[in-house]
Amino acid sequence: MQKQLEKKHPLAVRWMHWINFPLLTMMIWSGILIYWANPVYGVRILGYELFKFFPQWFYEYLSIPFRLAEGLQLHFFFMWFFAVNGIVYLIYTFVSGEWRALLPIPASLKRAPLVALHDAHIVKSKPPQGKYNDAQRIAYTSVIAMGAGSVITGLAIYKPAQLSWLTSLLGGYEWARWEHFWLMVLFVLFFAVHVFQVAMAGWANFRSMITGYDIVDAAGPTEPTATAATQTGEEVTA
Amino acid sequence: MNEDKDKEVLIEKVREFERRTGKTADSWPDDPNNTASVLKEHRYLSEPVSPAEAERDMFARSRRGFLVGGVAALVGIFSWKWMGDETKAALFRRTFAFNESVSKFFYSTRRLAAEFPPERITRPERFNGAEGLAEEITAADWRLQVKGLPGSTADLTLTIDDVKRLPRTEMITEFKCIEGWSTIVHWAGVRFSDFIAAYSPTITPRDLPKYVLLLTPDEKYFVGWDIESILHPQTLLAYEMNEAPLRHEHGAPLRLASTAKYGIKQIKRVGTIEFTNERPRDFWSQPVFGYDWYSGH
Repeated sequence: MQKQLEKKHPLAVRWMHWINFPLLTMMIWSGILIYWANPVYGVRILGYELFKFFPQWFYEYLSIPFRLAEGLQLHFFFMWFFAVNGIVYLIYTFVSGEWRALLPIPASLKRAPLVALHDAHIVKSKPPQGKYNDAQRIAYTSVIAMGAGSVITGLAIYKPAQLSWLTSLLGGYEWARWEHFWLMVLFVLFFAVHVFQVAMAGWANFRSMITGYDIVDAAGPTEPTATAATQTGEEVTA
Repeated sequence: MNEDKDKEVLIEKVREFERRTGKTADSWPDDPNNTASVLKEHRYLSEPVSPAEAERDMFARSRRGFLVGGVAALVGIFSWKWMGDETKAALFRRTFAFNESVSKFFYSTRRLAAEFPPERITRPERFNGAEGLAEEITAADWRLQVKGLPGSTADLTLTIDDVKRLPRTEMITEFKCIEGWSTIVHWAGVRFSDFIAAYSPTITPRDLPKYVLLLTPDEKYFVGWDIESILHPQTLLAYEMNEAPLRHEHGAPLRLASTAKYGIKQIKRVGTIEFTNERPRDFWSQPVFGYDWYSGH
């Protein structure tokens, strides 16, 4: 069968994606150096503390204690690059039309569970997929929103007097710090799932984030060809 | 609710289809309403080529991509690793200075931090930091030295009663420690801007020196302020905290209280106020500690 090279990820997106990785890593690392000085968050249910951010062994293992000043130096240096990278990405995605491959629509919520069922091998049929499937659209759009949220909550903590309207909007200084912290936790969870999914998706998928291209069968899967479903005359759309 | 029901129906239909036909659909359901079609997602496909040619092309692209990426990653990692401590310290100092100039560009004394109702006051109040408070001093013994204030002919030596005679301002504001915690405190004192106006009535803010240095009487603790921040209406020379005279550990008899900067800048027990055009020294921004000189909110 003939093959086609499909351009999946533009050069700009690939650079911004990979540059973001060390930047976000440094923001999280320096953020934890700062957080150590007032480590008050945890997961409590009915007054019982299930988990404390973070256990003592975690701080000691990574030599985190007493590095607040260093944390602030790093955080307020890398923040510029993190924010600029994100803003350029937003502009690029909007202007280039890449948002068409990225944003979910309301129906995505309905289709996303099918992706999970397919991934778990419960349903064999592949969910509809452009560059991304509906679960990916939701996940990748969310993580961009989380990035914006981190910048906004960060600004509210950084300049709570000059930007007091923003700080108040987020529920006040204490809440803004809480939100900023939990966005970090969500980033870490996203990272874990993302790396797992990339590992499961295989080499060609990973390679496409480096080269921009993937090899597909000529007349690819989303061409309007007769599928098994339509051939048998089944009406499967809800 | 309806959405949930739709979802169940959809999943059940897929299962039923697979059960009955024993087939799976490639890209199911191939309906025109899938998200890619709705949003008019483009595909960018090359001309059809033989599998071998596709692999060759892909191999060349991979080699280039991984080489460029690998080199970029190594340059990044090693330039950070090999950068000396001195260079890094200078880089961070310059970054703080840059951040300060950006902050000052947008800064306005007209923008105020939130104020709170009395029931929000944090009780008991929190104590932190005793640098410069070792000496025992009574309010009667204490004097405030004011140096370099333009429009006042000589240096001033003031008593606490001199300060209390000036217009009184109260505020219930959030005190923010650079460590990340905050408490809500009820302050009473004289606005720093009112203090300047009282002792230098003919001078406009523009003619004031650019900085202020404040020291404890023993000069063991000291902070530098930019004039714009110290003129903020929520910067007080405070003599009362939570409806009582300042206690020893909070800087009796007079301290700085402000929403414009972190707690490290709100010096307790002010002994000397010195106006200057040279950027003053500052306890926590000394290289050994490495905090931001500006530390402004």
